[in-house]
Amino acid sequence: MTTPRPPALRRRRWPLLAAHAVLLLASLPAVAGSPAPVVKVGSKGFTEGVVLGELLAAVGRHAGAVVEHKAALGGTQIVFQALEKGDIDCYVEYTGTLTQEILRAERIRSLEQAREALARRGLVMMEPLGFNNTYALGMKESVAAALGIDTISDLAARAAEPEIAALAFGFSDEFVKRGDGWPAVRDAYRLEQQPQVLDHSLAYRGIETGHIDVTDLYSTDPEIRYYGLRLLADDRGAFREYKAFVLCRADLATRAPQFVRELERLAGSIGNADMLEMNARVRLDGEPERAVAARFLRNRFGWEIDTEEPTAAVRIVGDLLRATRQHLLLVFVSLLAAIVVGVPLGVYASLRPRLAQAILGAVGIIQTIPSMAVLVFMVPLLGLGWRPAAAALFLYSLLPIVRGTFNGLAEIPAHLRESAEVLGLDRWARLWLVELPMASRSILSGIKTAAVINVGTATIGGLIGAGGYGEAILSGIRRADPAQLMQGAVPAAALALILQAAFELLERFVVPAGMRGHGRS
Amino acid sequence: MLEMCDVSKSFAGRQVLQPTSLAVARGQTIVLIGPSGCGKSTLLRIIAGLVAPDQGRVLIDGEVFTAANAAAMRRRMGYVIQDGGLFPHLTARANVGLLAGRVGWKSERVRDRVDLLAGLVRLSPEALDRFPSQLSGGQRQRVGIMRALMLDPPLILLDEPMGALDPLVRFDLQEDLRRIFRTLGTTVVMVTHDMGEAGFFGDEVVLLGDGAIVQRGTLDQLIHAPATDYVRRFINAQRLPGTGGREPATGGVA
Repeated sequence: MTTPRPPALRRRRWPLLAAHAVLLLASLPAVAGSPAPVVKVGSKGFTEGVVLGELLAAVGRHAGAVVEHKAALGGTQIVFQALEKGDIDCYVEYTGTLTQEILRAERIRSLEQAREALARRGLVMMEPLGFNNTYALGMKESVAAALGIDTISDLAARAAEPEIAALAFGFSDEFVKRGDGWPAVRDAYRLEQQPQVLDHSLAYRGIETGHIDVTDLYSTDPEIRYYGLRLLADDRGAFREYKAFVLCRADLATRAPQFVRELERLAGSIGNADMLEMNARVRLDGEPERAVAARFLRNRFGWEIDTEEPTAAVRIVGDLLRATRQHLLLVFVSLLAAIVVGVPLGVYASLRPRLAQAILGAVGIIQTIPSMAVLVFMVPLLGLGWRPAAAALFLYSLLPIVRGTFNGLAEIPAHLRESAEVLGLDRWARLWLVELPMASRSILSGIKTAAVINVGTATIGGLIGAGGYGEAILSGIRRADPAQLMQGAVPAAALALILQAAFELLERFVVPAGMRGHGRS
Repeated sequence: MLEMCDVSKSFAGRQVLQPTSLAVARGQTIVLIGPSGCGKSTLLRIIAGLVAPDQGRVLIDGEVFTAANAAAMRRRMGYVIQDGGLFPHLTARANVGLLAGRVGWKSERVRDRVDLLAGLVRLSPEALDRFPSQLSGGQRQRVGIMRALMLDPPLILLDEPMGALDPLVRFDLQEDLRRIFRTLGTTVVMVTHDMGEAGFFGDEVVLLGDGAIVQRGTLDQLIHAPATDYVRRFINAQRLPGTGGREPATGGVA
C-alpha cells in the first residue's frame, strides 16, 4: 500500500502541481507583515474606466504599494458603493456624474459643495486629471476644413449659407432626448436644423459615406481618430462638464501616503488628446490596458513600469483555470443554497394551497428583476466579489426549483396520496417515503434548469469582481475583441452542456427505477 | 366491530349523505351498492377517515375515530382501491412492506410475512421484485390486497376493487378474496355497483339511493322482498338470473 509511485507517474503530476502553486501565490494579496501598504483600485466597466484603473494601479506600484485592480466593476452605483464600503480605495469618476447621479438628491451647485458632501462620507475628491469627457459635436475633418468650421458657433452664425444649411445632423436617440444633450446645445446656439435620430454606429457609417455631416460624440471616443473627425469647440459651454478626477477614501492618505502624493501629481496631466489616444490604442489597436497606461506614465513622468506579461498561451490557460474555478464556485454555492431553501419552500407551497400562488408569484417576480438591479442592491450589503454574485444567482435559482418541487408534488394522483394516508403513514413518512420520491424527477429537472441557467447568468460576476467566464466576455465586448469574448463564451457554453449531461446521469441514481419506466407498462 | 352513528356529509351545499347509521359485526362482510352518486363511496371514505363527516361519528371497536388518532386507527384497517393504488417508485415487495418497516418490524419478519401473503393471494414470487408498471392488472390488485393485509388488520375496506379487471381475472380474484376473508375471519366493507359481486361476497347487502340507506338485507331479501319500488327497479336493472329482468337465459326458453 505504501510503495512509492513509479517516478514516471510522479513526474507527470509536476506541471499540474506547479500550476496550482502559481495560482495559489497569485491569489495571495500580500505577504503578512510586509511593510508595503495594500491598495485596492476599482474601475468602471468601459474602456476608458479600465485604462484609468490600470493607470492608478501603476501609480500605486510605482509608489511601492501592493496593488489589486478590481477591473470593470459594472456601473457607477456599484463602483461608488464599493468605495463607500471600503471594498476599493479609489477609482476615477466624472464631475457631471458626481453631481447629476451620485449626489443628485443633495442638489449640489458647486464642486466645493460636492467636496463637502463627499467628505461627510469619508471620501476625498482629488484635483481633475485634465480631460473633459463630455458630449461633443463632430464632423468629418475634410468636410469641416473645406467649410472652415471650428466651433458650434460657426454652425449657428453661418446657418443662412446654403452649404451650411444643407448639412445633415444625425444623432443618437439618447442625445436627442437628454436635457443636457441636443436640447441644451440647440437652445444655447439657437440652432434650427432638424436632426435625424439613428443608432450611434449607423451615424458613424453615415459620416463615412457622407449621408450624415454632424453627429454627437463623447469627446474622448476613439472613433474620433478612427473616422478622422473634427470636434467642434463648445465655445458657449452648452454641454455639462464631465471632468475626470480621482475619488478616494479619506483614510487612504494615512494608509498609503506615498501613493496619495503620487496620485496628486496626476492632476492636470492627462489632456483630451492623451485620453483619446489611450482609448484608441486599446479599442482600435488591441493593446492591453495595462501596457497603454504604462506607456503614458513613462512618456509623461519618465517612470519605468514593468508591464511584462506572461506569454499568451500561459496567460490563456491560467485565466481559463481561474475563471472555471470562480465560475463553478458561483454556480454551485448558489445552487446548493437554492436547493436548501427552494425544495422546502416548494413542499410548503404544496401543503398550503392558498399560499402557493403567493409563494410562486414572489419567486417569479424575483426572476424578472434585471441582474444589474439585483447587484446594485447586493453590493452595499455584501460588498464586491463572489458573495453578491452568488446571492443574486441564488435568487434566480429559486423559481425553477420551487416550481419543480411544487409541480412534482401536485402531479401525484389523489388516489395515491390517499392510499398513503389510509395506510397509516404519518405526514413525514408520506412526504419522505412516497411523495418526494414520486416528485423526484420533477424536482431534479427544476434543479437542472436552475443549474444550466446559472452557468449563463453567472457571467454577471464579471461586473462586480467575482471573476468567472463573464470577465473575459465583458472584456471582449469592451475591447471589441471577438477572440477574447470567445475565451469566456465558449467555456460557459461547454460548462452548460456538461452540467446538462451530468444531470441526466444523476437522474439514473436519484429518480427511483419504477418512476423511470414510463414507456414500459 | 364497526359502528357509524348519524353520519352525514354535504359537498358545496349538496347533501351527498343523509344522516346514516350502520353497524357491522365482527367477521361480517357488508357490501354497499347503488347507482353512482348514491353516497356509497362517501360512506366508505368516511370510515377510512379520508372524508370528515359533517355530523355523527365513526367507532371502531368502540373507539371514536378522530383526527388525533387517525394514524393509529388506520393501522387497524386495510384499504384497497381500484388497480391497487400501488406506489410506482417501489417494487411490489416494498409496497407491501412499507408500513411494517415504518412501525418497527425487523426485515426478516417483513420478508416472511410478505412471502406468506404472496402465497395466500397466489402471487408468483418473481412478481414481488417487479415495479407496479411491470405487473398485470390482476397482479397489481393482488399486491394491493397484500398491502392491506400486511399488519393483519381486523377490518378491510374495498372500493370497487375489481373495477379495472377483465371478467376471467376478476372471477379468479373474487374466489380467492372470499376464501381469504373467510379464512382470516376479517370484517369487510366493500363498495361495488355489481349486484352479482355483491351477492357473491356479502353476508348482507346495503342498497343506497340519494344519500340514504334504502334497504339492508341478504341478496335474497332484496330480490324477493324489495322494500320499495326503487329497490325493485335497481334489482331488475342488473338482469340477474331469476329476478324477472329481461335476461334472455331466464326468459323461459330453457
